[in-house]
Amino acid sequence: MALYRPIADHAVLVEFGTAISDAAHAQVLALDQALSANPFAGFREATPAFVNLLVDFDPIITDHTEVEAHLRRLADQPLTPRTPVTWQVPVCYENAPDLDEVARRTGLSTDAVIAAHLAGDYRVFLYGFAPGYAYMGGLPEAIKLDRKTTPVRGVPAGQIIIAGTMCLITTLVMPTGWWIIGRTPTRVLTGDEARPFLFEVGDHIQFHRVSQAEFEALP
Amino acid sequence: MTRLRVAFAGPHVTLQDSGRLGRMRFGVPASGPMDRKAFAIAQSVFGNPPDAAAIEVSLGGLSLDCVEGQVTFAVVGGGFIVQIGSRRMGAWTVHTLHQGERLVIRPGPWGSWTYLAFAGHLMAPQWLGSSATHGPSGLGGGTLVAGQEVVVQDGRVEPILEGSIPCPIWARPRPVIHAVLGPQDRFFSADSLEDLANQPFYLTNSYDRMGVRLRGPSLTPEGALSIPSEPILRGSVQVAGDGLATVMLADHGTTGGYPKIATVVSDDLDGFVQLRPNDAVRFKLVAAPQAVALARVGDKALRTYLNRPR
Repeated sequence: MALYRPIADHAVLVEFGTAISDAAHAQVLALDQALSANPFAGFREATPAFVNLLVDFDPIITDHTEVEAHLRRLADQPLTPRTPVTWQVPVCYENAPDLDEVARRTGLSTDAVIAAHLAGDYRVFLYGFAPGYAYMGGLPEAIKLDRKTTPVRGVPAGQIIIAGTMCLITTLVMPTGWWIIGRTPTRVLTGDEARPFLFEVGDHIQFHRVSQAEFEALP
Repeated sequence: MTRLRVAFAGPHVTLQDSGRLGRMRFGVPASGPMDRKAFAIAQSVFGNPPDAAAIEVSLGGLSLDCVEGQVTFAVVGGGFIVQIGSRRMGAWTVHTLHQGERLVIRPGPWGSWTYLAFAGHLMAPQWLGSSATHGPSGLGGGTLVAGQEVVVQDGRVEPILEGSIPCPIWARPRPVIHAVLGPQDRFFSADSLEDLANQPFYLTNSYDRMGVRLRGPSLTPEGALSIPSEPILRGSVQVAGDGLATVMLADHGTTGGYPKIATVVSDDLDGFVQLRPNDAVRFKLVAAPQAVALARVGDKALRTYLNRPR
């Protein structure tokens, strides 16, 4: 059962569970999709996360009670999430600053770390931290590590970073305490105003390995 | 064309429009003005559209040299001091800057943010269709730095608009702010919820466009350190593991795993950000329907003010 929590004067948080699960996230995406197809008067935007969907509204036009009623009507109907896109993302693992340390901490060879990373089944659960930071769940347990104790400053865009069960492609020069295990020419902030962010929440990502020479030859 | 050279800019002096809405799902907060009402009043002096840019000036202050042309401007928000040559005025003023003159804006008796708007089109770089500056990334209009030039296209001189404009009572700093408990108040003890409602908190120097950390009673969350990241809003009162509360502001991260004990109503955020470090603030907890009523009262007051006879 979903919980509807009022927030301040202008939002409702719809909660489908308390722990991260595929089932809860599927419900988040389905309601997000239904709302995007059937918005209410005063709807401003919806933000999907792991287990909940934030629905922001204009309090001059509507209120929590009306918004909750609208969302309950949507949730009562059969919900179909949009069909996710699967993206192929090339990764160069050569000269990655933390690959050796990840291998040491997990007791694997660097090749085994790379193989584990490539074997993951990744899905965008939510964006956060900074523009275009898409949190991809699905990192294999074998290379699951806590964050570094101290963040590293000035990590550039296009780095493949991991922590916990999540993987990210950095989009901006930002500090991070995650482990840098590769880099990609894929840009999540596309620079294309018509489609500024490459992934939608719910999309799937498959990584494939490229050599340094291939990486440099890619556009 | 009017060309203004930045002689000095303190930290966090940025170009802003009314905000970049609808991109939270991609990790992008609205940004835009810290004090949205003061910004709207400044732009309304010249009938500028909501997507027009203005300059947000922080407590760090700003000096601009007019190197070409002339333009009428408004400074609205806070009790800032506005100086042209030896002539000194308070904010909430409309005046004209001529070639060869220097405009200085610096903090006065109260307030943390003020807005410099122009009779004309302030040129500002855009990102995703908005010139609001997202501070942490620098995307959008951008942060002003000494030496750079800002350009006002089609700048007008409007002597009839010059003079002071009224500062409404609701544009003053708000030491009591309304908030609705949640969405993660369940992780806090009854004592912490009582402290939130009854004890004073104080703004600290950890104050920028992303948020302001408060000093006050420790509100240590219980067993909440591993909640899945949830959406954050402007006004979220987030509590870290150390028990300290941070009120999230214009450039807030869009999701995070710290519990939010309460959320400040939007109508009170403009007055809240005009407080200064070490100022006291108290939370007055209200139910969601009252929060909506406050939004409507505040909106009506702003509209009445903007439509006042001049």
